[in-house]
Amino acid sequence: MRQLFSFTGGVKPASHKIESNRGVVIVAPLPNVLVVPLRQNAGLPSRPLVQAGDKVLKGQTIAGPGGSISVAIHAPTSGTVRGIETHAIPHPSGLLAPCVVIEADGEDRWIDRKPIDPYALPADELRARLRDAGVVGLGGAAFPSFVKTQHGPTQRIDTLIVNGAECEPFITCDDLLMRTQAGQILEGAAVLAHIAGAQRVVVGIEDNKPEAVAAMTAAAGKRSGLPVEVIAVPTRYPAGGEKQLIRVLTGIEVPFGKLPPDYGVQCFNVATAYATARALLHGEPMISRLVTVTGNVERPGNFEVRIGMPIADLVALAGPKADTDRNLMGGPMMGFALPTLDAPVVKATNCILAASKALFPPPGPEMPCIRCGACARACPMDLQPFEMYWFSRAKILGKAQEYHLFDCIECGCCAYVCPSRIPLVDYYRFAKSEIRAREKEKDAADVARLRYEFRLEREERDKQEKAAKLAAKAAETKARLAEAGDADDKKAMIAAAVARTQEQKAEENPSAE
Amino acid sequence: MLEALLVMALGSVILGGALGYASVKFRVEGDPLVEKIDAILPQTQCGQCGFPGCKPYAEAIARGEADINCCPPGGEDGIHKLADLLGREFKPLSGEHGIEKPKSIAVIDEQTCIGCTLCIQACPVDAIVGAAKQMHTVIASQCTGCELCLAPCPVNCIAMVPIPETIDNWKWKYPVFDVRKAA
Amino acid sequence: MPSNSPFLRQPASVQSVMLKVLVALLPGIAMYVWFFGWAVLIQISLASVTALAAEAAMLAARRKPVRHFLTDGSALVTAWLIALSLPSIVPWWLTVLAVLIAIVVAKHLYGGLGQNPFNPAMVAFAAMIVAYPQFMSQWPAAGATDLATQINAIFGQRQLDAMVMATPLDTLRTALHTSGLNATVESVLANKTTYGFLGGKGWELVALGYLIGGLWLVQQRVITWQIPAAFIVAFGGIAGLTHLIDSAQFAGAGFHLFSGGAMLGAFFIATDPVSASTTPRGKLIYAAGIALIDWVIRVYGAYPDGIAFSTLLMNICVPLIDKSTQPPVFGHKEKRP
Repeated sequence: MRQLFSFTGGVKPASHKIESNRGVVIVAPLPNVLVVPLRQNAGLPSRPLVQAGDKVLKGQTIAGPGGSISVAIHAPTSGTVRGIETHAIPHPSGLLAPCVVIEADGEDRWIDRKPIDPYALPADELRARLRDAGVVGLGGAAFPSFVKTQHGPTQRIDTLIVNGAECEPFITCDDLLMRTQAGQILEGAAVLAHIAGAQRVVVGIEDNKPEAVAAMTAAAGKRSGLPVEVIAVPTRYPAGGEKQLIRVLTGIEVPFGKLPPDYGVQCFNVATAYATARALLHGEPMISRLVTVTGNVERPGNFEVRIGMPIADLVALAGPKADTDRNLMGGPMMGFALPTLDAPVVKATNCILAASKALFPPPGPEMPCIRCGACARACPMDLQPFEMYWFSRAKILGKAQEYHLFDCIECGCCAYVCPSRIPLVDYYRFAKSEIRAREKEKDAADVARLRYEFRLEREERDKQEKAAKLAAKAAETKARLAEAGDADDKKAMIAAAVARTQEQKAEENPSAE
Repeated sequence: MLEALLVMALGSVILGGALGYASVKFRVEGDPLVEKIDAILPQTQCGQCGFPGCKPYAEAIARGEADINCCPPGGEDGIHKLADLLGREFKPLSGEHGIEKPKSIAVIDEQTCIGCTLCIQACPVDAIVGAAKQMHTVIASQCTGCELCLAPCPVNCIAMVPIPETIDNWKWKYPVFDVRKAA
Repeated sequence: MPSNSPFLRQPASVQSVMLKVLVALLPGIAMYVWFFGWAVLIQISLASVTALAAEAAMLAARRKPVRHFLTDGSALVTAWLIALSLPSIVPWWLTVLAVLIAIVVAKHLYGGLGQNPFNPAMVAFAAMIVAYPQFMSQWPAAGATDLATQINAIFGQRQLDAMVMATPLDTLRTALHTSGLNATVESVLANKTTYGFLGGKGWELVALGYLIGGLWLVQQRVITWQIPAAFIVAFGGIAGLTHLIDSAQFAGAGFHLFSGGAMLGAFFIATDPVSASTTPRGKLIYAAGIALIDWVIRVYGAYPDGIAFSTLLMNICVPLIDKSTQPPVFGHKEKRP
């Protein structure tokens, strides 16, 4: 039995899992029009490879990786590309972004799928295939998975952690996936372990999901070869945070600025492991995912949804109640309110949570901080949230950073417990994005300074070169004259030159005469 | 009496020695003030302050010859930082040097451009590429928005376009303080 | 609902925190009334009304939402602590003045709730003991529960001789410091009718009431264990140690902890979150500091008790303590011991 560790802080909000984790996964119907954003992963957006009028098949690559931290994007069904349009995407800003819009033809015809034997191919080849299959972390951050399987010369990956903790209230898509696809999840995890060079796989699941633990344990029992452990971890938000789960399962604390491979571990979500299995063992790129629709709806549940399906259509399947005032993407602790339901489901969409005043009552009015320290006791990163709040609010950003602002994982525990109901995380998000913007500005200013200094230097050099050239010419003339040796000639030339300059002066400055 | 004198003398020798050692040990090299001021200035090199670039303006501030409120691109924020650094009083942006505008970049209307290269010579950061009688274009990522290319253009084909808000440069807003609202 | 995550909030509020503090004071107050009469309730009511009025006036003057802040309960906590710290038979104007100093000067002139570097109740107490030492040493004798006399003492003519006595701390101090009496701690404390079993007849049970209420606050997670624990261990430690060394000169741990403001200080005054240290290690240092300074004042100082001065002195040190006791952040633990 593995020794478990614990992290400090954390909170235990009502889990609300039972509403949506009964029943089976419902396959959402194919929408007529799919909107596939080009920016779906952390890192750089993908580069479109199709144009208006192109016929595409289900699973065909419609955008390639747009940089080293970027993946491909695929047509979720067969049909015709209507164009690359700016469209609403699920983002707290409500800003529009370029999307490939596909009109489905209803045939849902696959491209030629090519399953491979991952254990017969080199790791680099497998990483390229993961990238080209569009596999990203499905826990919410959507970081390209192939990047996470790499490690530098001073790093290593011995233990591959599969994150099935799903600590956020309301969300159950990972729970359902583990219950129904335990075998495939472990296959995918084994492939990821193979690529990363890991010797063992540890699956961490919060103990409020006994069915998932049972299913995964049974599947692990059927496997041979790579050692797989399935561990039930105590239920306490945010046990599913990457850093917290690594801490609970291995005792290792990965600080800000370091990566798990610096400590010999790496962490993937269960859905990511499943997507890896689909991509490599079945040749099916990442075109759909499980999404929990719950909260203020008649029929909460889990849906298998194509990427690009309008969220409004998805919510309609669950029967939203009349008093729904907003819809969140993600859970109630870390999700965000969707500015519009026009936005499509993307790879990072794990949950759509219909909210109402009854479900999430407005907190009482904000009060000043009384330094009670409840936030510090709740913080899973051992920070002093009220100090960070103090300086963020006063916009003394350097001080906020000194109190480890960037170690904050924005889990929301501090704001959850705050008796003064201060929206603490809002201040951290503001301070972080302000600091990032200022750093960007500073970098731009540094580049501008360098370019300006270079230009000044070049102008100076040009001037000197010109002067040197003139001096050389003068010396040449002098030499020629000296060679001629004729004093009269010389005198005549000097006289001519003097006359010429006087003439020039007169021209330039006629009033002086 | 003699004792007291000796104690005082000894004290002054020790303290003098400590001060002398400190002045050697913790000596500040060069004149970092100009560098510090220059680091706050936005490096647009626009010359709106009346100096030929940010560095000369920084030097002028350091010498006490220029005020700290002459830099429109730096804005109020920049003046606050300069005031903090120099321990001076904040004062609003002086109107004679221009007003604070949203950050913009120059865009050349490529249909109208005649390829005269005048703007290339005017650009302080070499952010315009092109050759004589060839169309010119602005490298958006290098443009500081100094507007120095506008005046030389004989056909008025350069416009300043404000940088739009996108997903990439979007920022979380400062939270609204509820207590004031409740008041 | 909040505009950004987290959308879930625990149903906690400043009001409920303050209310729990008031509830936790009740056992101590009950004991106080039982042994020393109703005067303390009159003082609490007087202080409460004054505090609410002053709070409302200051909020209005500072253009803050009055009802919103008035209901937070923080002014009441300050008022109750002042009423419990002052002798219960001080004239009414002294209580009113003390509360005004606490609310107007120590709280609102520093920026209101959450901004005061000093514990308002202790600022008021310190001001009073410096300004009116003659009233601040007149405590009711245990068992003198004659309401009419007490009301008369508070609101009218002060004919106190019949009912006034000095506190055990005070008499012990006087006895030990007056040369020629040849008193030892044992000989003074032997008088059980005055000194009870631990810290003075009546007073020790009031202290027990505060202890019970305080432990409930710890259990309710309104206060953390560090401050009371460090306070009691440090106070008990220094008193016990010196008592072992010279039992004639120094009273023991039990006497010190159960007399004067020790228990009130440990659980209700030093734990005021706004003016206390906030880091776990900082709280230990902060509370131990208060305890040690208080002991020094009690044994060597000019006042019988020194909770107010020691709290204020440690309040000044809070920024430094907090800065130097920042707990290590997740993942950075190896580097910082």
